[in-house]
Amino acid sequence: MKDPERVVIAKECCKGCELCIDACPRGVLEMSEEINSSGYHYSVFANKKDCNSCTLCAVICPDMCIEVYK
Amino acid sequence: MIEAKVKHVKPAVFYEEFFRKGTGQRNTHYCPGCGHGTAHKLVAEAVTDLGVQDRVVFCSSVGCSVFAYYYFDCCNIQCAHGRAPAVATGIRRVLRDAIIISYQGDGDLAAIGTGAIVHAANRGENITVFFVNNAIYGMTGGQMAPTTLVGQSTKTTPMKRSVESEGYPIGMAELLSSLKAPVFIERVSLGDIKRIFKARRVIRKAIENQVAGRGFSFVEILSPCPVNWKMGADNARRWLLENMEPVFPVQNFRDRADDSRPGRGNKVKEVSDEEYYDLFHIEEESSSCVMQTKHTVGTQSVKIAGFGGQGVLSAGVILAKAALYKGLNSTWLPSYGPEMRGGTANVGVIISSSKIGAPVVDRPDMLIAMNGPSLDAFEESVVKGGLIFVNKSLIKRKVAREDVRTVYVPATDIAKELGLVAAANVVILSIYALCSNVIDIDTLRKIIPEAIKKRNLISINLKAVEAGVSYYDKTRCEV
Repeated sequence: MKDPERVVIAKECCKGCELCIDACPRGVLEMSEEINSSGYHYSVFANKKDCNSCTLCAVICPDMCIEVYK
Repeated sequence: MIEAKVKHVKPAVFYEEFFRKGTGQRNTHYCPGCGHGTAHKLVAEAVTDLGVQDRVVFCSSVGCSVFAYYYFDCCNIQCAHGRAPAVATGIRRVLRDAIIISYQGDGDLAAIGTGAIVHAANRGENITVFFVNNAIYGMTGGQMAPTTLVGQSTKTTPMKRSVESEGYPIGMAELLSSLKAPVFIERVSLGDIKRIFKARRVIRKAIENQVAGRGFSFVEILSPCPVNWKMGADNARRWLLENMEPVFPVQNFRDRADDSRPGRGNKVKEVSDEEYYDLFHIEEESSSCVMQTKHTVGTQSVKIAGFGGQGVLSAGVILAKAALYKGLNSTWLPSYGPEMRGGTANVGVIISSSKIGAPVVDRPDMLIAMNGPSLDAFEESVVKGGLIFVNKSLIKRKVAREDVRTVYVPATDIAKELGLVAAANVVILSIYALCSNVIDIDTLRKIIPEAIKKRNLISINLKAVEAGVSYYDKTRCEV
């Protein structure tokens, strides 16, 4: 079964400050290889099966780019 | 399985969309890793959760946080540099129920506004002050601030700050805790996730104090400035922990929230309108003073607009200097955003044979539009019969107005052929010189070596003049 998309990141809003990556206790987020239209590497939801929707990433994101689902 | 969207939504006190750069903007203008984004969000969450949004008056400072009013959906006042605590005091006197938040940076609060904050704290005003300390002047490009660390290199201390010549950094929290009146003083840090959550609690407490009428609360927020510290966002946070925290200890300096003494904010004496009139001997409304200006003849006002990096401001400098060279008077008034990169810029230049009063250009005789948004913004402002230069390399539409004269020049394309895109401004200026009787082309040739600061770019800019001349000869731009 496919792992659910619990974390949705608005990649065009992300500036790549990496706060969400520091915040995540389970290391589910990673920085992208690609850059977005503003020229920043953005955060991606990588290790989907480890996520438990704790919302810490969304709470910490200064640009409110992250939505979390359960 | 995905059942429902989980909580954490944008704090209600933030606008749904930020209108700063057109509609649809969803993120702030702050650089990646900047502490302001985080601090804004923490303040917004606290205000939202305390349910006081309708009562908040947000006094923002001068600095990177100057645009707080684009983000916070509450009463906003953008205060004069450093004077937010003084403005907050004034509001406290007239609006008893207001929740007044002063949000300032270190250049604002600890340098130009030191007097204002010390006295507001000493009076024990019932306000909340957030002091974002990043040890540098951010908006202006990384100059030394009063809080810059000893040994830190900045634009104005390239040999590093030394105690001998610049002294020690100011600890504002320590300074204010020498006063009797403040009820709450704490320093927090945005250096890592744990500290950010701690800061969240402290910020909330500082606003709660005011809601309860306890008096002056001050929170110093140590904040990273990756761009001006010249490091990545994660390194900036590490640098903050390793270098700033030892100098600015993160701790509570005072918490008298439980003290039973009431705050000063609710004790100010009421003065009625009649008493005021009596006091100042006002009998009736005095007639308003009309400022009279004489219409100046032989004046041409020019607006040059484009985005940052197109040489908009320097085109203005060249034009203004060329006018001076011809024995005319000129003024140069730039207008640009606080961002370090990108953004829009425009400049107003007035050239006159007589003395010039105000340097503001509201109704230009001539407009040089370097990109699309500039034409959209200023097309309507040009006077009837005025002249509009359009950089047709970047502007695909025609000028809509029919009561103005227009010249279309593929300036960016011409400049690109020369190998310097930023010389598009000079191409247009040279065509302007040929079309107008204000400055002439020889003056332009003489002025460019003087006006351009980067010596290695002078020759290419002179080539741009000639390219402009040959384009004019080829096409005979009808004016």
